Formats: sequence, C-alpha cells, structure tokens
Amino acid sequence: MSRQRLELLLALTLTLAGCATLQAPKPWEKDRLARPEMQFDADPLDAKLTQHIYDSKEAATGGNGVGGGGCGCN
Amino acid sequence: MMALSFVAGAGSAEVGEPAPPFSLTTADGKTMALADLRGRVVYVDFWASWCAPCRRSFPWMNEMQQRYGDRGFTVIAVNVDRRRADAEQFLQSNSARFAVVYDDRGATPQAYSVKGMPSSYLIDARGTVVDVELGFRDDRKGAIEDQIRSLLSNR
Repeated sequence: MSRQRLELLLALTLTLAGCATLQAPKPWEKDRLARPEMQFDADPLDAKLTQHIYDSKEAATGGNGVGGGGCGCN
Repeated sequence: MMALSFVAGAGSAEVGEPAPPFSLTTADGKTMALADLRGRVVYVDFWASWCAPCRRSFPWMNEMQQRYGDRGFTVIAVNVDRRRADAEQFLQSNSARFAVVYDDRGATPQAYSVKGMPSSYLIDARGTVVDVELGFRDDRKGAIEDQIRSLLSNR
C-alpha cells in the first residue's frame, strides 16, 4: 500500500474513532431531535402504520423516535 | 473517558434518599427553592414542550394541585426547554395552575439523573424522595394520588 493511502486510511480511522467519544444526549436534551423535521420518515401516518406492523407482527417496539423522550411508555 | 463521564454525571434522586435541592425562577422572576417547601408534600415534574406525554400530564397535575393544595401539597413543574418561547407556547394551549419553573441549562434534571421525559418525583414533608415516576401513565394516577393522600395525612 502506498504511503498516501496509508495516511488516508489512518485519517479515516481516527475520524471514525472521534465519533465514539461523543456523548449521547440526555433525555432532557432531546428537543431538537424530537422535531418533526428530524424524523427518519417524512409521513407520520405512514411511519405509524409501519411501526404498527413491527409491533404486531414482530413484537418489536421503541427506538423509532423520541416522542416521549425515551421513557419507553409509548 | 466513558468511566469519567459517568462519574461526572453522578447524583440522583432515589427512593428513600434526600431530594437534591434546587432553586429556580418562575416566569415572573420569583425564585422557588425546594428547601422552602419543607413541611409540604411536593411533586416535582420534569417536562418539555416537545414531550408528548407531558401534555397529558398537565390536566392531571392541575387536578391534584387543586384538590390537595390547601392540605399542604405543591406541584412544581420544571421546564427543561432550551428556548423559553417553546415552553410559553406550550403553556398557552396547556394551562398550568401550579408552579412552573425554568431550567434551560439542565442542572436540575442532571442532579435528579432524569432517565426519560417526563419524570416525576414525589417528595415527603421531610424532603425525602418517596416515589419516582418515569413517563406519565394513566394507570399510575390512582397509585400516585393514594400516596399523596397518605403522605398528607402522616405529615
């Protein structure tokens, strides 16, 4: 591997590692994350229906937003 | 790094422990300190404008304050919004007939190590945490009210 490539690899690795030291936001700091424009799904109704399928068919719940701020109480 | 950050975040409000003290201001600039409410049963609620279950908790907290306020019960709702305007907008559509104080720096929820929004702490007349509620659930209303009643009668 050329020296240049090694340097690039090193730089990328260090950049990735940098993310690991970021602290997750505390429950009371999720205001910006809770905004509608921060959701993965553009359509709330569509997202709700999809989530219902996960809930009912796969017994999977939560992790789909910060509506309740992560209290797990839906 | 991880271990250090945990130590830095130490401090919490567990059942049976003294409630972490705080002194915060209301919308009209009055200071409200937990220590001043010694002798009263206090329900400290952490809320934010962006928190959906918080909206449902307001009518219930109004009801509790109205029903037990005369008998020595106080609701303090600590707002943790970073923008005061967000909180004010929320309060316009969700009237609060109890004390609302503001902590936009998050020092108080840090001291109580709030694990989710909303979180509430029932504190007895001696300043001890009696109950910690994570989230606002309709099926807990009765149990909390029972506790308020028994704390008031044993004050």
